[in-house]
Amino acid sequence: MTEGTLIKIGMADLNIGDAGAVLKTTGLGSCVGLTLFDPALRLGGMAHIMLPSSDIAREGQLNIAKYADTAVPELIERMKAKGALVERMVAKMAGGAQMFAFMGGSDTMRIGPRNVEATKQVLETFSIRLLSEDTGGNYGRTVELNSDSGIFVIRSVQFGVKEI
Amino acid sequence: MKLFRNNADFKLDVLREVGNIGAGNAATALSTLLNKPVDMAVPTVNLLPFEEIAERVGGSEAVVVAIFLRVEGDAPGNMFFIINREPARRILQGLLGFNAAENDAYSELELSALNEIGNILAGSYLSSLADFTGLNLAPTVPSLAVDMAGAILSYGLLQFGTMGDDALLIETAFIEGQQDSEGHFFLIPDPDSFEKLFRALGVPI
Repeated sequence: MTEGTLIKIGMADLNIGDAGAVLKTTGLGSCVGLTLFDPALRLGGMAHIMLPSSDIAREGQLNIAKYADTAVPELIERMKAKGALVERMVAKMAGGAQMFAFMGGSDTMRIGPRNVEATKQVLETFSIRLLSEDTGGNYGRTVELNSDSGIFVIRSVQFGVKEI
Repeated sequence: MKLFRNNADFKLDVLREVGNIGAGNAATALSTLLNKPVDMAVPTVNLLPFEEIAERVGGSEAVVVAIFLRVEGDAPGNMFFIINREPARRILQGLLGFNAAENDAYSELELSALNEIGNILAGSYLSSLADFTGLNLAPTVPSLAVDMAGAILSYGLLQFGTMGDDALLIETAFIEGQQDSEGHFFLIPDPDSFEKLFRALGVPI
């Protein structure tokens, strides 16, 4: 095994990695960092999801990594192309915070919880098991998936480092 | 953006002036509050990829003090006042007259003072902008967070998120005294608000 190369996932971006590569995305607020892992292949994938549904998209060229309903299927496809099986995949996720507490009623302000719900729904349609999550709250997170072990590391300003 | 197909340079100039007037008034308010001169850099108006926006304040993981509020009314948008922790500490020291938090945590009094600073600055920014444009612009109650810049700023990008992967923002930096430390003002009008701003100011679309 080569010592983990670092693969950075930007906002509204996704990628996969194997051979001990570490997938990382920084500064998740209301966005969701979803990871998929195939333990048999030791192949991991990560998506930095920004919005729950592509129905609201008004952009010409759709960025499929941005929306929960398009990013998850794309991530699955990318992993399948490397030989992964959907039946073996397990998911972990973090993020979906509500950074600012006020105006709780407005839909935009609830975007974090909505991203989490939408992502879970898509996982369910593919029958992918969500092993663990660290979602909600009112703080930002930086997350890393080790594509060799499937260990998911979450860092936050208030709570330090946590592994799930 | 389609709106910038005609007269792009002129329109960007107009937005820079929006930043100038708004932040100029806010800088005066801050200066009065601190009883110290506060300078302001020339505003920049940029269409930036989401990824790069947090870079303006030290990177996605940089811990910043941010005051966020929504602008409601004729030309809705998001507004942030962002300061790094060191200058935030100095401002608090100047304002409260005693040494602020030794450790990373802020006391309730300090948080409340920071919130009030945000309130005053955003209020003066917006009211001058409302006067200048004749538009009805009202701030919501501000909300404060001390956290990663990326996590905070992404909140202001949701409206642009449905349109593409860039956001147009009007940014002004504050420079207080001899320090090169800065506060940043970001005004991110919702994509549909630009046309209203331009119409209000008599800019041909």
